[in-house]
Amino acid sequence: MKILVALKRVADPDNANKVKIPASGEKIDTTGLEWKPNPFDEYALEAALRLTENGTQPKVRAGEVVVVTFGPKETETTLRAALATGADKAIRVDAADDKLDGDLVARALKALVEKEKPDVVLMGKQAVDGDSNQVGQILAELLDWPMATFAATIREEAGALLVGREVDGGVSTLRVKLPAVVTVDLRIVAPTSVYSTKTPQTHKYNDGVRFAALPAIMAAKKKPLVEVKLADLAPEQAMKVSYHGFAAPPARKAGIKVKDVSELVSKLKNEAKVL
Amino acid sequence: MADVLVVAEVAEGKLKKTTHSAITFAQKAAATIGGTFSILVIGDGAGKAAAEAQGFGAAKILVVEDASLKNYLAERYAPTVAAIGKNYGVVVGTASAYGKDLLPRVAARLGAGYASDITEVTPENGNLRYKRPMFAGNAFGICSISTPIQVVSVRQSAFAAAEPTGGQSPVETVAYAGPSKAAERVEFVSFDQVKSARPELTEARVVVSGGRALKEKFNQVLDPLADVLGAAVGASRAACDAGYAPSDLQVGQTGKIVAPQLYFAIGISGAIQHLAGMKGSKVIVAINKDADAPIFQVADYGLVADLFATVPELVKGIQAAKG
Repeated sequence: MKILVALKRVADPDNANKVKIPASGEKIDTTGLEWKPNPFDEYALEAALRLTENGTQPKVRAGEVVVVTFGPKETETTLRAALATGADKAIRVDAADDKLDGDLVARALKALVEKEKPDVVLMGKQAVDGDSNQVGQILAELLDWPMATFAATIREEAGALLVGREVDGGVSTLRVKLPAVVTVDLRIVAPTSVYSTKTPQTHKYNDGVRFAALPAIMAAKKKPLVEVKLADLAPEQAMKVSYHGFAAPPARKAGIKVKDVSELVSKLKNEAKVL
Repeated sequence: MADVLVVAEVAEGKLKKTTHSAITFAQKAAATIGGTFSILVIGDGAGKAAAEAQGFGAAKILVVEDASLKNYLAERYAPTVAAIGKNYGVVVGTASAYGKDLLPRVAARLGAGYASDITEVTPENGNLRYKRPMFAGNAFGICSISTPIQVVSVRQSAFAAAEPTGGQSPVETVAYAGPSKAAERVEFVSFDQVKSARPELTEARVVVSGGRALKEKFNQVLDPLADVLGAAVGASRAACDAGYAPSDLQVGQTGKIVAPQLYFAIGISGAIQHLAGMKGSKVIVAINKDADAPIFQVADYGLVADLFATVPELVKGIQAAKG
């Protein structure tokens, strides 16, 4: 199985409360925040690696994982890290971060899919900077492929994936025949969430994503990383959604500490009037 | 700009409450651009649900019913929604799991720009400007869409549910446009519903959420409090990940976004991604034994205490206060 994983780098989500917005509101300032892979895309990569191996012998590859990102030269750090954890090949689509919207990324990915011919495209359900949750769905429609969004579990079957999706009020299970697009949710990296046809169903993965060992980091430097021009994938580069400004969220006024339960109940009843 | 189309969400012959927030958006947007709005009711039981949609002042109610729409699949719904949507200027739904799955596909089919999870709509020279949260709610972007048709999803907690105002919008039946080619390769297998007698998290007036600190006593501690308040129960990601609460109770950036009148955070430290899901609540109460927990920075009322002793006491106190 060949899997294309779309991987975006984002400003450190654990410090997202440190983003600054200048008074002019013209941009979001993430200066001082470290770049990290979008967590959901990292989970997608982990799922892709699990689908292309026998979990009991993870060093033997049983398929191919190609990672792709959109961005300037320095995003190659993110790609090298992905290669070090086990991806086989990386592609950087050269683009400026602020000249992309979800639609343009999806159109470029479509062209890349037609070139690379993967069986599955995997990505996070959303990037935690823009929080848009759209690229996977748009890509699936442009390709006229089936999709399974918000995946919490994936079981590989012959020529298909059985996907458990986290939706409102429960879990919806779909079977998608390949090729297909799958976007992943948090719990896709739980120990029993993803099985290839090769991995014994009794095998339990470590919880979370895998980390690269030092020799793998060295070896990753020799793995192929190619650069592609955005214009070669998407000749039409106009964005459909454009931002005019940004604003900080309204600040909550500082609250108080109450000393005990009776004071709390009294405040809720008499001051906030919510009981 | 022309008119606005609301894509309703239907379950068991009824409109889901999510639909009412999209209607509120449509009423505002239509007034802003000087057009009307219509409501598309598509799915199994759409005919029955259509009657409910008649009382909101829509120009018309469009109904699409077909045996193959029984279990929702975007690949079956998107072609019809797009075929109807192409006669409108704005196509809107609510950013529920359904809306988030379906609407981007509809947008792609229409060659339309898509803005998700918007919290505000304002006029801009005959066009619309949208405000939407980014970076886990730590910034808001103000954007507009340049394509002739615009597709948006709205954040349910940011648009109050529309109330019926009377009137009888005419109902029109529209033929099902058929599935896309992709639909041949996707099969609905099952839906495992989590049954609960409590109100829906996103609609409840009061939400009681618990964190990992509750451990196996998650329900034992929270249920009595939720019962006395008629509240929905929520959970932090840590509590869900640890298996103390089912994952569909997760409140946060990537879980449910809630904005109730009253929110209790019990044993929740207040990670950024949790705050993103509840910061819009009117009154926030935090109970945590760690006085430095970040949750206290957003709480209106904080109580530093052991939750296992405090919550039962609180249940009694609230019972007494309610008389």
